[in-house]
Amino acid sequence: MDIIISNTSDEPIYQQIIDQVKKMIIAGEVAEGEALPSIRQLAKDLRISVITTKRAYEELEREGFIRSVQGKGSYVAPYNREIIRESRLKMIEEKLRAVIDESKTLNISLEEVIDILRYLYQEKA
Amino acid sequence: MDSSYCSQDYQGPILEIRGLWKKFNNFTLQDINLQLERGFVMGFIGPNGSGKTTTIKLILNLLRKDRGEIRVFGRDNVIEEKEIKNRIGFVFDENHYYGILTINEMKNLIAPFYSNWNEKTFQKYLKEFDLNPQQKIDSLSKGMKTKFSLAIALSHQAELILMDEPTSGLDPVFRSELLDILYYLMQDEKKAILFSTHITSDLEKIADYITFINKGRIVFSAEKDRVLEEYLLVKGSLGILDSSLEREFIGLRKTPVGFEGLIAERNRLRWLQDKVVAQRPTLDDIMVYFAKGQ
Repeated sequence: MDIIISNTSDEPIYQQIIDQVKKMIIAGEVAEGEALPSIRQLAKDLRISVITTKRAYEELEREGFIRSVQGKGSYVAPYNREIIRESRLKMIEEKLRAVIDESKTLNISLEEVIDILRYLYQEKA
Repeated sequence: MDSSYCSQDYQGPILEIRGLWKKFNNFTLQDINLQLERGFVMGFIGPNGSGKTTTIKLILNLLRKDRGEIRVFGRDNVIEEKEIKNRIGFVFDENHYYGILTINEMKNLIAPFYSNWNEKTFQKYLKEFDLNPQQKIDSLSKGMKTKFSLAIALSHQAELILMDEPTSGLDPVFRSELLDILYYLMQDEKKAILFSTHITSDLEKIADYITFINKGRIVFSAEKDRVLEEYLLVKGSLGILDSSLEREFIGLRKTPVGFEGLIAERNRLRWLQDKVVAQRPTLDDIMVYFAKGQ
């Protein structure tokens, strides 16, 4: 399992861990039931704080991607198509929310935003 | 040893300081409060002369406090000083050993004070740190003295490690080794580490909590990640600054080519104009601007 952390990224480190583990799970690169490094081992290997890794694991567990067993460590949760699709939608929602907030601050109407979105979506496609 | 002293029984903070005061002629440590749980590392940061060493000396009862309470492993640090120190490993910036003795002689003097002294561990660290047991302490470089201190601190199964400026005088290679050693120690979730520093060093990577002290007062004591998320470093041209905006800054530095300052993140939206550049501060930035502002 590869986890590469950037210390200069604007993205918080715990978020980088979450995103990378999720990505691996969604892409099927890690198998169900595969063990994750322990929280303390991962902190040591990445040279980050225990709290940071703990926060990432707790969030991954809350979202159903991993399971933690007291005293035994954390494992990749059984594969769940719904959770994966939901998490993709959630990711998009979060990004759109930022766009909406920004649009409101800049006085750009919903219609305009939709227009832009449609244009960009079709252009990229 | 009394069996009721069994460390495993006590579930509370490994270190707890409440309302600690210490007055000197020209400096007062004021109302220090902090708390550290087992399994975590706290970085104690602040400029020179802000009270870091004083606090650590008070924890070890090397100075007499004026007021307040210090509990280590849940026990009063004065009443149960001897038992507490047996379970603490400490490293000081200044040399507190007899210079005319060799490493080995000094060790022989210290080791009997610890009931859990482990000679094998000590020898392992001497080898790892490239220290010659026959060498006189006076002839050691500053870095080597720190390494010797560290070897002592780590050789009696201490549960709490206190380090005052452990990286000053150490080169980056050893700082990196030290970081590995601390991570190795922290694989044991019953241990805890408190270290102080006035410079940004790689050591802060391991810190779960940061306590920032300035002029004898705690400015904040919080999770490191939260601290780094809470503040924002803002840069821009002098033209957009007015007195009410200036007041938003915790600390501000103005030059003919622009300004740079620290603000709390909650003010972020007001600042997200194209006129300023905002970025995440380092702990160094936070330390500098708080010291500047106060």
